[in-house]
Amino acid sequence: MIQLSWRQFRTQAAVAAAGLAVVAIAVLITGPRVFHLYDTTVAPCQGRSDCGTAEELFVRHYGFLQAALTQLVEFAPALIGIFWGAPLVARELESGTFRLAWTQSVTRARWLGVKLAVVGVASAVTAGLLSLMVTWWTTPFSRVEANRFDPTLFTQHGIVPLAYAVFAFALGVTMGLLVRRTLPAMAATLALFIGVLLCIVFWVRPHYLPPAHTTMPVRAAGDLGFQPVESGRAFRFIIGSPNIPNAWVSSTRVVDAAGHPVSNQFLGTACPNLVPPGSVAGRFPAPTGPFQDCIAKISGTYHLVVTYQPAGRYWIFQSIESGLFLALASGLCGFCFWRIRRVA
Amino acid sequence: MIEFHLDTRSGVAPYLQLVHQVRQALRLGVLGVGDQLPTVKEVVGRIAINPNTVLKAYRELEHEGLVSAKPGIGTFVTGTLGGDSLASHGPLRRDLRRWFAKARAAGLDEESIEALFRDTFRSADREGVA
Amino acid sequence: MSDVLRTAGLGKRYGRRWALADCDLRIPAGHVTGLVGPNGAGKTTLLHLAVGLLAPTTGTIEVLGRTPAADPSQLGRVGFVAQDTPTYAGLSVAEHLDLGGWLNPTWDRELAERRVRQLGLDPKQKAGKLSGGQRAQLALTVAIAKRPELLILDEPVASLDPLARREFLKVLMEAVAEHGVSAVLSSHLVTDLERVCDHLVLLVGSRVLVTGEIEPLLASHHRLTGPRRDPARLPSNQEVIEESHTDRQTTLLVRTDEPILDPAWTVEPVGLEDLVLAYMGRDSAVDSSRATLAEVAR
Repeated sequence: MIQLSWRQFRTQAAVAAAGLAVVAIAVLITGPRVFHLYDTTVAPCQGRSDCGTAEELFVRHYGFLQAALTQLVEFAPALIGIFWGAPLVARELESGTFRLAWTQSVTRARWLGVKLAVVGVASAVTAGLLSLMVTWWTTPFSRVEANRFDPTLFTQHGIVPLAYAVFAFALGVTMGLLVRRTLPAMAATLALFIGVLLCIVFWVRPHYLPPAHTTMPVRAAGDLGFQPVESGRAFRFIIGSPNIPNAWVSSTRVVDAAGHPVSNQFLGTACPNLVPPGSVAGRFPAPTGPFQDCIAKISGTYHLVVTYQPAGRYWIFQSIESGLFLALASGLCGFCFWRIRRVA
Repeated sequence: MIEFHLDTRSGVAPYLQLVHQVRQALRLGVLGVGDQLPTVKEVVGRIAINPNTVLKAYRELEHEGLVSAKPGIGTFVTGTLGGDSLASHGPLRRDLRRWFAKARAAGLDEESIEALFRDTFRSADREGVA
Repeated sequence: MSDVLRTAGLGKRYGRRWALADCDLRIPAGHVTGLVGPNGAGKTTLLHLAVGLLAPTTGTIEVLGRTPAADPSQLGRVGFVAQDTPTYAGLSVAEHLDLGGWLNPTWDRELAERRVRQLGLDPKQKAGKLSGGQRAQLALTVAIAKRPELLILDEPVASLDPLARREFLKVLMEAVAEHGVSAVLSSHLVTDLERVCDHLVLLVGSRVLVTGEIEPLLASHHRLTGPRRDPARLPSNQEVIEESHTDRQTTLLVRTDEPILDPAWTVEPVGLEDLVLAYMGRDSAVDSSRATLAEVAR
């Protein structure tokens, strides 16, 4: 049964191997150059405030390749789910070959189990190798941008892509078993995979561990300014997240010592020239001037309360999320074993 | 070696058709004593009929004393229809000729003669069996 | 002799429709049994139940004395060729033989290769590129080479041309003769079954109408032709299956084991196809009279 599963998977495995080989060549050739460029242009000034230009140049130099590689890691699990998962059972049901396979001397459970194991392991290995190569290659970028805990980048690095791939594969097999037609199963797999991933990223991931809180002066906020809302009669005070390297900031609030948020009346009094009704104020503070006075006045009474996941929790979160997706995959596999006994 | 064929529209049971074909072969000298009949596998591989049909036919021929089955080797012709060749039965032939002449004189055409003959033959046959 | 297939009250329902109902059947070993009936009568359902591709809604079915597909050894004792003889289009002939070897402990590789040679199939040819007849022969080879005790074939020759049909049946009969395997083969073409089967099951409207050895069946059915007569006046041991009348003549198809002594009848044998058609016609007449009774009762 292992030989049969492998023989049926041969073409897809060859495509994956070729793809991995191409990525490996790109990574191995350009990787050392990336590291070298970082070491010579950015590393010497790292940590100092005058590094901005060097960093920008560095990021722009290999920006295209970085985007391509990280997008590849982003898409790989979905592709695995669609092209390896959905057809696994659906194609046999659609073409009738299951009537040949299930009347040989193997039970349906063994037939399914071996196919799941062979292609499942292949999925994990493919996604794992891809993520390994790309994570290594983007290490300098992570050092420069220090944003690997951000929701999007989190899904493109580390060990979670492997878990996503295994989950997408199991999801694809399940859809194939339920829908029994390959193309609709592929569509359903894609839709559900994206749906589940988005749900977990936005609604579940923030709760893996209770977030930490810290206080900071108002000046530490990333973006400060006013923005008109609805035809200029009202305005909104914009506070950008402070820059905590490699942490995941979920909210930033301006509150006073008692915890009350800053009110519009206070802002109107403290920053009168900046917020006349009906006018648009600049968003980027000038080094001196009325805007700095305004900020100084606010800072007297208010401070920032930042809710965030500290950088040190990155690998814990990676592990929790991987475990979650692997558990979901196991659940789906269990369902498949139950369901396949009912397929007429 | 004799080659069998099956006429699905004759109304005669398949195994009997095979028996008749062996007897006909014996009469015409196509088969002689000591000749081997094709194996069951060879027959069904040639004309796609049920193996039990062939087995039944060979058993019937063995019962009539015409063939003998040697396990592991094959089925061989052991008897003849000796004296049963068409060349003999002169008196029967003459009687039949006389009857044909009478039937023609009575105005029956070829088809009516055949129908009359078959009908009488069958009912006489059945009466004999019942 | 033991039975290869035994059912008791077997039924299979899809939603509201019963594809098979009240099926009580015993098929003996050592025979080639034809399962005949119109399309939609439940032949495929019965065969799929026999190989474990379906589970019964009611009743029981036993194949070679055990539940179908109970475990790998049971699966190995029954060879199956499904309708349209499915094969893996992307695998070659040789790879199909590999498949048989990988999945069946009782696989006879030498037998499989010999058959492929005899059939003149190119081992490297992909199954998707074979003709219909060749694919059917490949599927049959895979079913035979695991040395089953029972072969089940669902309309294996329905979509084949006459030459391919004849070749397929020849190979099947050879296998039956050589290995002593029992066979159950379904078809809606009665003429094919007449040659190769010695046992018959007639399935109409999801029910078994007739079952038995073909020769005694044919021997006990007769066509009676004679002057116009009321069938009710026939002796009670003669069961009328089909009747038709003109103003002067009556034609009956009767079943009886006694000789027919009434000289007014011309008695002729009945071919299998006519026998099957007569029973099918009677069943639909009974169905419509059942419907009438139901209406009257309401």
